[in-house]
Amino acid sequence: MKVNDMSGRVKENMPDYKKDKKRVDGRKMDELRPLSIKVGVLPNADGSAYLEWGQNKVFAAVHGPREALPKHTQNPYKANVKVTYRMTTFSVPDRKRPGPNRRDQEISKVLSEALTKAVFVEQFPNTEISVFVEVIDSNAGSRVACLTAASCALANAGIPMRDLVAATGVGKAFNEIIVDLNKDEEDAPDAVDIPFGILPNSGEIVLLQMDGLLTKEEWAKVNEMGYKACKEIYEVQKKALQEQFVLSEVSEQNVEESVEKKEAEKKEIEKKESKKEAKEDKAKKVRK
Amino acid sequence: MRTTVLEYDLSKIVELARQGKRVDGRAFESARDFTLELDMCKNAEGSAIIKLGDTKVIAGIKMAVDKPYPDSPDEGAISVGAELLPLAHGDYETGPPSMDEIEVARVVDRGIRESKAIDFTTLCIKEGEACWIAFMDFYAVNGDGNLFDAGSIAGLATFMNTSVPKLDENNKIIKHEYKGKLQLKRHPLLTTFVKVGGKIMVDPTYLEEKASEARFSVATTEDGFMSAMQKGPGAFTLEEVNYMIDLAFKVADERRKKLFKAVKN
Repeated sequence: MKVNDMSGRVKENMPDYKKDKKRVDGRKMDELRPLSIKVGVLPNADGSAYLEWGQNKVFAAVHGPREALPKHTQNPYKANVKVTYRMTTFSVPDRKRPGPNRRDQEISKVLSEALTKAVFVEQFPNTEISVFVEVIDSNAGSRVACLTAASCALANAGIPMRDLVAATGVGKAFNEIIVDLNKDEEDAPDAVDIPFGILPNSGEIVLLQMDGLLTKEEWAKVNEMGYKACKEIYEVQKKALQEQFVLSEVSEQNVEESVEKKEAEKKEIEKKESKKEAKEDKAKKVRK
Repeated sequence: MRTTVLEYDLSKIVELARQGKRVDGRAFESARDFTLELDMCKNAEGSAIIKLGDTKVIAGIKMAVDKPYPDSPDEGAISVGAELLPLAHGDYETGPPSMDEIEVARVVDRGIRESKAIDFTTLCIKEGEACWIAFMDFYAVNGDGNLFDAGSIAGLATFMNTSVPKLDENNKIIKHEYKGKLQLKRHPLLTTFVKVGGKIMVDPTYLEEKASEARFSVATTEDGFMSAMQKGPGAFTLEEVNYMIDLAFKVADERRKKLFKAVKN
């Protein structure tokens, strides 16, 4: 199919999403890539999360609230939520130069601003809540993956929050409005990529960026799909946070067995001790 | 001392906003007037200076010949940089690029790049070997808020006014000889809003930015497209975002008229 790239050129032999009713990776238009989250994965951090979302894999860790340093960064009214977004050198097709580039810094800034709105920052004056997110593999949508993981890590750290932040990519490729764009779709001639993040309970938008050409009518459809997708993501986040409190499968039988076992152990210890005492008594008598 | 004055001003601004007023008497939906001066830097291939209220920004373009990127051998490129000069405001500091500088540069860049205003194949000199890179850099020389819009207007004016140098047989630039102007298909402009005291206002001044709880920018074109969005701090409801998008189209249309007039003269 032909797709206009809006700069006056038409690209031939492009996928036809309208006709196929499915996308290059077989998904439906409003279907997310498989998403899984696990919290509490990094013991040194106050809170952490590991997230896999399609090919995207990210770690998020929270340290703090801790004293904000250097001192002039302290705010006597509230905590600074400082996100540091980084990618490993091998997380992209061409090796990424180590160290922060301009993209990393901008993403760190917008993620900080999104999370600040979710945290009760006014409860921790003069502190910094440091959030580190590291992308170890990527295929479009790494910043929303990081934001989704970071908000789980904050909750895992026990930091008081208004809400989690659920975020997804949403936009347009091959003449159709779609959610959670992959790299092929992000490189489409008419691609529009919109990182979209909300507080699921109030519906407030806390992350919104866009590049690409989009009309107002298309935007109406985009945000509708974005809200729907974010609600799905929110359910996965909640489940991940609930799972941290389930240690293992505990059935009644297991409980009974373990109680019996413990009692047996107790008896054995008592037996040993009584033997010991008897021996000691004997020794005392002999000495006498 | 400065802090005390600022805190006082900010609470006043929030209070006024709740009453439906702004410090400088503007309506919430009215942007500041601007003046443009073009081509004042003769060493630059294009240049512009804008005064948006008291915000003053200078933009300039240098055209350079370079090798195309391997993944787009038939395309040139643009690059946008921003510097908030310490001479422009007490808040701006020397040193490596700050987060604010990086953000404003990248948002202005996206507005122009993603609108596909410039067909990058027209910047190709020889496929796989040589292409033009247009380096647009803008400098705040007086900061009174809304550097996004000021940078965007100055940047677009500069791109519209850029002459492409002539080249000799070795693809070296012949100084002060030009073969024509850079061609633009669309004319995207950023419009920036802040929320103060729960009220949305367009084109904030420095103090309004300081008093704001949220910020949002959107780039719009004359043919009904949005080409970039960026939410800064804070949060907006969907209704607020839709309101801002509608208003942005109107504000940008008016600014564009003024810009075209200035460029023609």
